[in-house]
Amino acid sequence: MDLAFTKEEQAFREEVRAFFRDNVPPDTRRKLVEGRHLTKDEMVTWWRILNKKGWGVSHWPKQYGGTGWTSVQHYIFNEELQSYPAPQPLAFGVSMVGPVIYTFGNEEQKKKYLPRIANVDDWWCQGFSEPGSGSDLASLKTKAERRGDKWIINGQKTWTTLAQHADMIFCLCRTDASAKKQMGISFIVFSMKSKGVTVRPIQTIDGGHEVNEVFFDDVEVPVENLIGEENKGWDYAKFLLGNERTGIARVGVSKERLRRIRDLAGKVESSGKPIIQDSAFREKLAACEIELKALELTQLRVVADEGKHGKGKPNPASSVLKIKGSEIQQTTTELLMEVIGPFAAPYDVHGDDGSNEAMDWTAQIAPSYFNNRKVSIYGGSNEIQRNIIAKAVLGL
Amino acid sequence: MDFDLNEEQRLLKESIDGLLTDSYDFESRKKYMAEKGGWSKTVWLKLAEQGLLGLPFSEADGGFGGGGVETMIVMEALGKALVLEPYLATVVIGGGFLRHAGTDAQKAAHVPGIIDGSKTLAFAQLEKNSRYDLFDVTTTAKKKDDGWVIDGEKFVVLNGENADTLIVTARTKGNRRDTTGIGVFLVPANAKGVTRKSYPTQDGLHAADITFTGVEVGADAAIGNPEDSLALIERVVDEARVALCAEAVGLMDESLKTTVEYIKTRKQFGVAIGSFQSLQHRASDMFVAAEQARSMSMFATMANDFEDAKERANAIAAAKVQIGKSAKFVGQQSIQLHGGIGMTMEARIGHYFKRLTMIENTFGDTDYHQRRVADSGGLV
Repeated sequence: MDLAFTKEEQAFREEVRAFFRDNVPPDTRRKLVEGRHLTKDEMVTWWRILNKKGWGVSHWPKQYGGTGWTSVQHYIFNEELQSYPAPQPLAFGVSMVGPVIYTFGNEEQKKKYLPRIANVDDWWCQGFSEPGSGSDLASLKTKAERRGDKWIINGQKTWTTLAQHADMIFCLCRTDASAKKQMGISFIVFSMKSKGVTVRPIQTIDGGHEVNEVFFDDVEVPVENLIGEENKGWDYAKFLLGNERTGIARVGVSKERLRRIRDLAGKVESSGKPIIQDSAFREKLAACEIELKALELTQLRVVADEGKHGKGKPNPASSVLKIKGSEIQQTTTELLMEVIGPFAAPYDVHGDDGSNEAMDWTAQIAPSYFNNRKVSIYGGSNEIQRNIIAKAVLGL
Repeated sequence: MDFDLNEEQRLLKESIDGLLTDSYDFESRKKYMAEKGGWSKTVWLKLAEQGLLGLPFSEADGGFGGGGVETMIVMEALGKALVLEPYLATVVIGGGFLRHAGTDAQKAAHVPGIIDGSKTLAFAQLEKNSRYDLFDVTTTAKKKDDGWVIDGEKFVVLNGENADTLIVTARTKGNRRDTTGIGVFLVPANAKGVTRKSYPTQDGLHAADITFTGVEVGADAAIGNPEDSLALIERVVDEARVALCAEAVGLMDESLKTTVEYIKTRKQFGVAIGSFQSLQHRASDMFVAAEQARSMSMFATMANDFEDAKERANAIAAAKVQIGKSAKFVGQQSIQLHGGIGMTMEARIGHYFKRLTMIENTFGDTDYHQRRVADSGGLV
C-alpha cells in the first residue's frame, strides 16, 4: 500500500496544470467558477484546443487518437481539469458514442465518425430516455422500421441534453416489438438535421435550458447507420453506461466548489464577522470536506485497482462513486446557498444559450443549487444505484 | 499509488485470520470475558507465538519491523473477531511510547516482555474533566531527589486491571490546560500508592479507575522529555486512533456481512426479508458507509507516515470523523435490520454494535475531531 504518486505522475500533473493555465480561455474559466452556462462557441473552442494538444479523447485506444495514459494519469488529468476548472470533454461524443463506435462499429463508421467526434465537428446528443422510460429504460418505444435501404424512425425522446446544439444523435430504437424488451433494441445514429426531427426546449427549475424533448416523425435514416448488430443495442447501451466509472464522482468539481465556498465565506459577513468565523458553518464545511476526502480515496482505490487488474471486474467500491459523488456535489451547492444567504434571491432569466453577462454573479448560486438536484437523478438515479449494490454486491 | 497488500502482508492477514477463526468463536469469547481482567492469557500467548505482539518493534528491539499497514491488518482482524485482548493498550500504545521515545534501557526492560506475551501495559491518561484534550492534565509528577512523585486520578484505563506497567501522563510544570509541562511516566502497577478499581466496560472489555497517591518512581521512569511530551503523546494517540479506525472497519465488515446473511434467511410474509426494497436500500447504504470508512482507514494508515505533524493530525482527525459516522450508521442499522433478535445479548450483532459505539467515544468523538478539522482550515 502506498498513497504517494510517482515522480513521473507528479511531473505529469505539473504538465497538465501548466497546459490548462496557459490555454484555457480566462473568460471560460471565470464563467465556470461562477457557475454560469457556457455558449456553444466557448465550449467548442476549448475542446478544439484540447484536441489539438492530443488530449481531446485521451482515454480512447491509441490508434483512434487516444493517449495511452495509465489509469492514474487519466485520474490526474480529470482531477486537474475539473478543479482548474475547464470544461470537460463533451461526454456524449467522447465518453459515450465514441467508445461504442470503436468497439462495435465497422471500419467505415470508425473512419467517418471518430475524427469528427474528437474535434467536435459533430456535436452529439444522446437519445435514450423517453417520457415513459426513465429508470426502466428498456421499456422504450421509439420505433425504427426497416424499409428498403432505410430505417424509418418514429417516437419521442426526452431529457436530451444540449440537443439544441447537436448535429448528431445516437438513439436506442425498438426494432423488434415481439422480442423480450431488452432483446429488440438497436443502436442507430443519425443527423439531427434530418427531416422529421423536432427539438423542443424544456425549461428546468433553475430557469436554464439544458435539456429538450426530441420528436421523430417518419425520420429516414440510411441502413448503414446501425451500429453493431440489429437488436443488440441494449448490450451496447450497457457497455456505454458502464464505461465511465470513475469520472462520475466528479471529485475535482466538488473540490473546486469547496475552495470557492471557503474563499467566499472569508468575505461574506454574518453577525458582523466573516461567516467562516462561525463555528457551526465551519464544521458543516469540514464535514463536507471529509466526505469528499473519503470519496477521493475510494475513487483512487478503484483507479489503482483498474490500473493493476484491468477494467474487467469492477471493484465493488465503484458503485459508491455515483451515490456519494452526487450527494457531495449537492451539499456543496447547498453550502454556497448558505454563504450567500439573502442574496440568493435575485433572479434573472438568462438567454437561450444560458449567457447573460449583465446579471450579478450571485444570481447564479440558487440556480446552481436547483440545477444540481439532477445529479442524483440522472445516470441511473441514486435509488437505482442502491438496487445495483443490493443485487450485484450484496447478493440480495 | 497502490492499495493492495504485498505478499508478506497477505500472509500476515491469512495467519491472523486463521488463528482467530480457530480460537475466537462467539462461545469462546464469552469464556475469555469471564477470565481475570476480561481476556484470555492463552489467546494472548498464541498471538505472541505468531509474532504478532512484536510486529511493530524494530528488529534491533527483537521485533519484526512492521509498519502501519501491518498494524492495520492486525487491528481489522481483531475487530472482525471482536477480540478482547489488550493489543491496543499494550502493543500499539504502550509499545508506541517505547518505540518513539524509550531509551535503550527502557526498551530493554519492557519490550521483550511485550513481545513474548508475559507482560501487558495500560495507558492511564483520561481524567475526570479532561475529556478528549490530551493536554488537559491535573495529575502531577513532582521532582523528589533523582526521581518523581506522582499524584492524581485516572479513569477508564483499558486493561488497567491486568496491566503490569502503567503509562501515566502527568504534569511536571504549569497549569491544568497548559500545553507544556506534561510528562509520560512508566509506573509499575504494583507500586506503593497505586490503587486500582476495575470493572467491565459496555463492550465487554475491562477497565480500571486508578488513583496515584504519592507514588514514587525513579528518574528512569520518564519516557521522553518529562517537561515537554505533549507532541509524543499526540503522536502515539494518533497511532491509537489509526488502529481504532482499522478495528472499526473490521467490525463494520463483519456487521454488514452478518446482517446481509440474516436478511437473506429470515422469512416474513412467506419471503426472505432481504427481498424488500427498503431493507435492500438500507443495506446498500451500510455498504457505502463501510467503504467510505475503509478508504479513510487506509488514508489514516498512510497519513501516519506524513512528516508534517499538523497534516498528519488533520488527516487522522478526518478519518476518525468518517469512521465515527459510518460506525454509528452501520451499527445502528445492523440492529434495526436484525429486528428483535438484534436486541438480545445472545445474538452476536449487538456486541459488534457496542464495540463500534465505544470506539466512537475513544480518543475524541466525531464532533471533537470535526471541530479540529474545521479549525485547522479544512482538508481541501
